[in-house]
Amino acid sequence: MSSSILARVPWQSPAIDYHAIAPEIVLAGGICLIILVDLFISESRKWITASLAGFVMLGALLPILTLAVSDSDVRTMFDGRYVVDEFALTLKALFLVAGYVVVLLSQNHVEEGDYYQGEYYTLLLTSVTGMVMMASSRDLVSIFVALEFLSIPAYMLAAWRKRDRKSNEAGVKYYLLGVFASAVMLYGMSLLYGVTGSTLLSEIGSRLTVEGQFGGVEALGITFVVIGFAFKVSAVPFHSWAPDTYEGAPIPVTAFLSVASKAAGFVALVTLVYVGFPRAQDVWQPFIWVLAAITMTFGNLLALRQSNIVRLLAYSSISQGGFILMPLAVAGTGDAAGPALQAVVVYLLVYAAMNLGMFAVVITVSRTTRSGEISSLGGLFSYAPALGVLMTIFLASLAGIPPLGGWIAKFGAFRAVLEAGSGWAYAIAVIGAVNSVVAFGYYGNIMREVWMKPAPHGETTTVRTPSSLVAALSITVVGTLLFGILPGTIMRFGDLVDLTGAFGG
Amino acid sequence: MLTTQFLLLGAVLFCIGIYGVLARKNAVMVLMSIELILNSVNLNLLAFSVRNGSVDGNTFALYIIAIAAAEVGVGLAMVLLIYRNRRTIALDELSEMKG
Repeated sequence: MSSSILARVPWQSPAIDYHAIAPEIVLAGGICLIILVDLFISESRKWITASLAGFVMLGALLPILTLAVSDSDVRTMFDGRYVVDEFALTLKALFLVAGYVVVLLSQNHVEEGDYYQGEYYTLLLTSVTGMVMMASSRDLVSIFVALEFLSIPAYMLAAWRKRDRKSNEAGVKYYLLGVFASAVMLYGMSLLYGVTGSTLLSEIGSRLTVEGQFGGVEALGITFVVIGFAFKVSAVPFHSWAPDTYEGAPIPVTAFLSVASKAAGFVALVTLVYVGFPRAQDVWQPFIWVLAAITMTFGNLLALRQSNIVRLLAYSSISQGGFILMPLAVAGTGDAAGPALQAVVVYLLVYAAMNLGMFAVVITVSRTTRSGEISSLGGLFSYAPALGVLMTIFLASLAGIPPLGGWIAKFGAFRAVLEAGSGWAYAIAVIGAVNSVVAFGYYGNIMREVWMKPAPHGETTTVRTPSSLVAALSITVVGTLLFGILPGTIMRFGDLVDLTGAFGG
Repeated sequence: MLTTQFLLLGAVLFCIGIYGVLARKNAVMVLMSIELILNSVNLNLLAFSVRNGSVDGNTFALYIIAIAAAEVGVGLAMVLLIYRNRRTIALDELSEMKG
């Protein structure tokens, strides 16, 4: 029977817009180049692969800039399965800049740890390529391929320290739960394909609900797909892998997972919700509402009792994920769709800057203290004032204190929720407000260590900051301050954003 | 129509796979259970493809088969890593980190 179907479809080669996929081509070429270069250089010159990886990320940013200034706003390929619009471009730029900062963070860590440098950067670039593809995917198949493209290298990166039992455990937990989640998500996708007869998101969107009629199979499919991405963005109760993976993985990889990988999960969730199931809000809205509420609350409560800084940042990033989910929970109510999309994108951009910055400070300090305990940060301001001030800026931004970036992000999220104006929206706004206050508890605790406590063991050796970490710190601190002091710059990104095909438009 | 039976088989396989992932403590058995879920998805897609009369489902199934192979390759490598360092692949003994 299948052969007859194949016979009925004449083959035409699709038209490919090479300008639109130039970032992906640069990344793919870069990956091959690094593998080749890695083969032919001696052990002492492996640092070249790190520089190359950085240049490839920046090289891929160039076509994104030319695409942004080009005349045609929306470029679609393969019958709308791969779309390059402003939403996609903004997030591709985010992934590439975040990837570049992670390369800067990794450089000394990987070199001094005597890890496999060429392979490390190859995998990092592969994962970023998957994310860049995810931002353009508008089809179940390409979303799945992009998801695995970004996840499989990330599993390997988490288990990078081969001889370290913690790192092994981090990798296995991430792998098993990640693969399990994508299997469940695939089952949901198969049901969606079954009831709509298409894998194209915009067609699924138009066929999924006819005059509000809704079957159990559709609801099950949507729920399974959302569960799959809830794992990716480590939403409670699908978060159990996150703290262990974040603690066990090498710290630059943790920074990558908690920012870029999480952002990719949100991008997919946004695309699915806006293009795939725009009129099925009765299914995903309550589900995401519950996820957002318990993610914020549990992430915060568990963060309060952590004594390890990386573990604390893991729980803090879980609770920040809850804040990003919050506008999505009301995206189908009233006029909230536009502000909610803007809030999610702005939050992702700001969150990337401030969280990567936080990890950059932690990496710099732990090079000297060799400890992950919060108490090891004691007296940081007295012996390394610059780092103390930077850490305070990032912490204050994460906590949402004006005039820093985090404040604008939280403001946008709450504004979108209030725009919806339903009882459920006000309820989640209250939960979010209470949680922002609770979050001061643990962020403030770190600040107290930095400013008021004496240094443990009277250790006051100056902290040497390698130039790559200086670059990473400057990029992130400029981002955090700029977004906060001139919110117009980032809100413009939000205004430009318009998802092609969203809500049938 | 025959597709209903295929979908039923897919659902049964899916449930067995979910049970296996949640109940088994041996890492290789968990990997096999995940494979069961992926194969139930493939069955579903092929059955729906026949019912809907479109090739999209067949294409999707091919992608899933290829990517599942890559995934299991990474998974088995990781299980091997754990076995080398610990001489066991019991998942409930993986508890270096708590809290």
